Amino acid sequence: MEKYAVYVPRLVKKKENFAPGHRACIGCGEALAVRLAFKAMDNNVIVANATGCMEIVASQLPFTSWHLPWIHTLFENTAAVASGIEAAYKALRRKGVPVPADTKVVAVAGDGATSDIGIQALSGAMERGHDFTYLCFDNEAYMNTGIQRSSATPFGAVTTTSPAGKNSIGQFSWKKNMPEIAAAHNIPYVATATHGYPFDLMDKVRKAVTTPGPAYVHILSVCPTGWRSATDTIIRQSRLAVMTGMFPLYEVENGQYKMSVDLPKLRPVKDYLKIQGRFRHLSDDIIEQIQERVEIEYKKLLEKAKDGTKRAKRKG
Amino acid sequence: MAKSEGEYTWKDLEIGAVIAAPGSARQYESGTWRSQRPTYDFKKCVKCGLCALYCPEGCIEENEEGYFEADLFYCKGCGVCARECWPKVITMIEEVE
Amino acid sequence: MTTTRVGIEVSIAIADAVKLANPDVIAAYPITPQTHIVEHLAELVANGELDAEYIPVESEHSAMSACLGSAASGARTFTATASQGLALMNEVVYVAAPMRLPIVMAIANRALSAPLSIWCDHSDMMSVRDTGWIQIIAENGQQCVDNIICAFRMAEDRRILLPVMVHLDGFNLTHVIEPIEFPEQSEVDKFLPRSPFPLPLNPDKPVVMGDFAPPVIFTEAKWAHEMSIKASKKFIVEIWNKYEKAFGRQYCPLEKHHSDGAKVVLMTMGAIGETASVAIDEMVAEGQSVGQIKLRLWRPFPFEEMREAAGDADVLIVLDRAISFGGPGGPLASEVKAAFYDQAKRPKIVSFVGGLGGRDITVAGFKDMVKKGIKIAQTGSKNEYEIYGVRE
Repeated sequence: MEKYAVYVPRLVKKKENFAPGHRACIGCGEALAVRLAFKAMDNNVIVANATGCMEIVASQLPFTSWHLPWIHTLFENTAAVASGIEAAYKALRRKGVPVPADTKVVAVAGDGATSDIGIQALSGAMERGHDFTYLCFDNEAYMNTGIQRSSATPFGAVTTTSPAGKNSIGQFSWKKNMPEIAAAHNIPYVATATHGYPFDLMDKVRKAVTTPGPAYVHILSVCPTGWRSATDTIIRQSRLAVMTGMFPLYEVENGQYKMSVDLPKLRPVKDYLKIQGRFRHLSDDIIEQIQERVEIEYKKLLEKAKDGTKRAKRKG
Repeated sequence: MAKSEGEYTWKDLEIGAVIAAPGSARQYESGTWRSQRPTYDFKKCVKCGLCALYCPEGCIEENEEGYFEADLFYCKGCGVCARECWPKVITMIEEVE
Repeated sequence: MTTTRVGIEVSIAIADAVKLANPDVIAAYPITPQTHIVEHLAELVANGELDAEYIPVESEHSAMSACLGSAASGARTFTATASQGLALMNEVVYVAAPMRLPIVMAIANRALSAPLSIWCDHSDMMSVRDTGWIQIIAENGQQCVDNIICAFRMAEDRRILLPVMVHLDGFNLTHVIEPIEFPEQSEVDKFLPRSPFPLPLNPDKPVVMGDFAPPVIFTEAKWAHEMSIKASKKFIVEIWNKYEKAFGRQYCPLEKHHSDGAKVVLMTMGAIGETASVAIDEMVAEGQSVGQIKLRLWRPFPFEEMREAAGDADVLIVLDRAISFGGPGGPLASEVKAAFYDQAKRPKIVSFVGGLGGRDITVAGFKDMVKKGIKIAQTGSKNEYEIYGVRE
């Protein structure tokens, strides 16, 4: 086979700002997503991190996996801490105190820290229009504390606090649509991404970080531990989430919706559900419910993106 | 940092328990976790770098010949690189040590 | 040195004192009775008199969280709250001190619910007793202004580097007009040179803050914090002395009012102490051997000063404006009792709880309290503490 010039190394910078030696599970999709997201940024970044998997695996005193200035305080206040950093830098710059020019503030938080306990702080920060980027790494449950359900857990998924049983099918509610909630705040940039589409993820993160004002990127992160799936197929799982319409990839730029992947036909959700142990218990009935709902939601999204998709034809 | 956590006195800690040594976790040998290890048939390698892109640890780097190889100090043996390597360079084998 | 005295609402004065300190970031969430402070600060920022980022956060929890981010970035940071707001931000308050972030917070002491009360007592102060902040108590408007300015100096002093709370009575101080002398801006600038957290969040020199600590290292991290707050007392006193040199008004960890040689001493915290002083003055004029000590520095607790001030008295009556339910009653009294327990010579300590939820204690009331306290010291009591002024 022809050996052609290096591909990835030319398109992606080499430096790992989220260094190896972290204690994420074997095959952690979220660690991969964080790695990729930070490859899309330069070193002029300050990170505010919520309590959660990425915080715990990377920051055991006296070690740290981060090569960037980083602060973790509590679980639900990431957006508020980020607001404080952003305001501080604004004030210091204005008062002529020497601080690095063009410093970006990035908030990193899980789905629980974003759509549940942290939604207030996020909403406040977006409403006030702080210039920061909020990256939600969504592994669809409170994974760090042992796989408990969050509002981002998909319908029918088994978690320790939404187990399947005689009286329960698992998670009883539909996944909370955080990107839509972010878009409802009329912020300049909202996007969904996943590590199975790495270049799309990196482009979106880059766009988010360079967009002035609040930007929100919702990143589906496969968790083989919590999802009870194989560690080596995290890329495949991530792509199936997109291809079945369960996690559509799109952007909302100043209110304009734009699909990121052109999917002429959605794959059946079964393809995605059957490879994960957390859905193993689902009856055909429930799967059918999920299929219907996914199609309805996807259609709604396509409708919103009607004009946007025409303009931006993206490769998958 | 020479000291292990168990040797730190309260005076050794920075103010506010801040860590002023970025990336200090690089000394942690996460490779001890694995039960599988990647092996390579570099004849097939086209140096695309996708394995390096997809590694959750970020421990795959170019060796002297320019082929992408996992640093076994960190490699946890998840198998993502083997799965994503489309020329099928990488095979996961059981770690028998 | 100082200028003319003006009659001004204390909340407004506090905001003006904050302005003199020239903060970079103010995170503000309104709660009675602190509202006038944050309102006036917003006004000052809006009309350009104060150059600061004013973040109108969406809750007190976010107010303190924004302060964390701001102080960690090296900015001079201020917030204010009371009661429920302080309770809501409780976990964040616990985080600020061990992280050694120099935040200044004014607290308009107000009772904690339930029942809802917007009036003054010290239950909110007690809810953050163990958070490891430096805590100063102001007794009148002038003290509020002076201590706000001192607080910034204390918080940012490289030898201290701890967040500082300035406690003041809600309504009894915040909403009254008092005569206050403001220092000159240029003098305050000299007193408060920029002194940010030494390892701030800065891409040029990355640091990582807020790691988790496994059991093997947690105790060391906590001990480092305790060592810092213990060591801070002498620097706090030094700063207060420097303040006197610059501005003419002196503060100390506890103020003695006729207490030297007094057989009976009354201990108070907060503005109610000024009413008590009137009572004490009258009793002294009548020839009674009574005195008062007014606590100014709540944390770190001035053990030596207190033992020196009251150790020779026969009776020490401690007034608390908060209750530890089902426990020893007055929190301050229980600490005082503990402080004296091992002393060879110690007064009989009588704990009174009163003034809850804004209830006043009058001059006559204090005289009555002292009389009651002396009696209880003689006869003993079956109660751990005495409640003052409840209708039974």
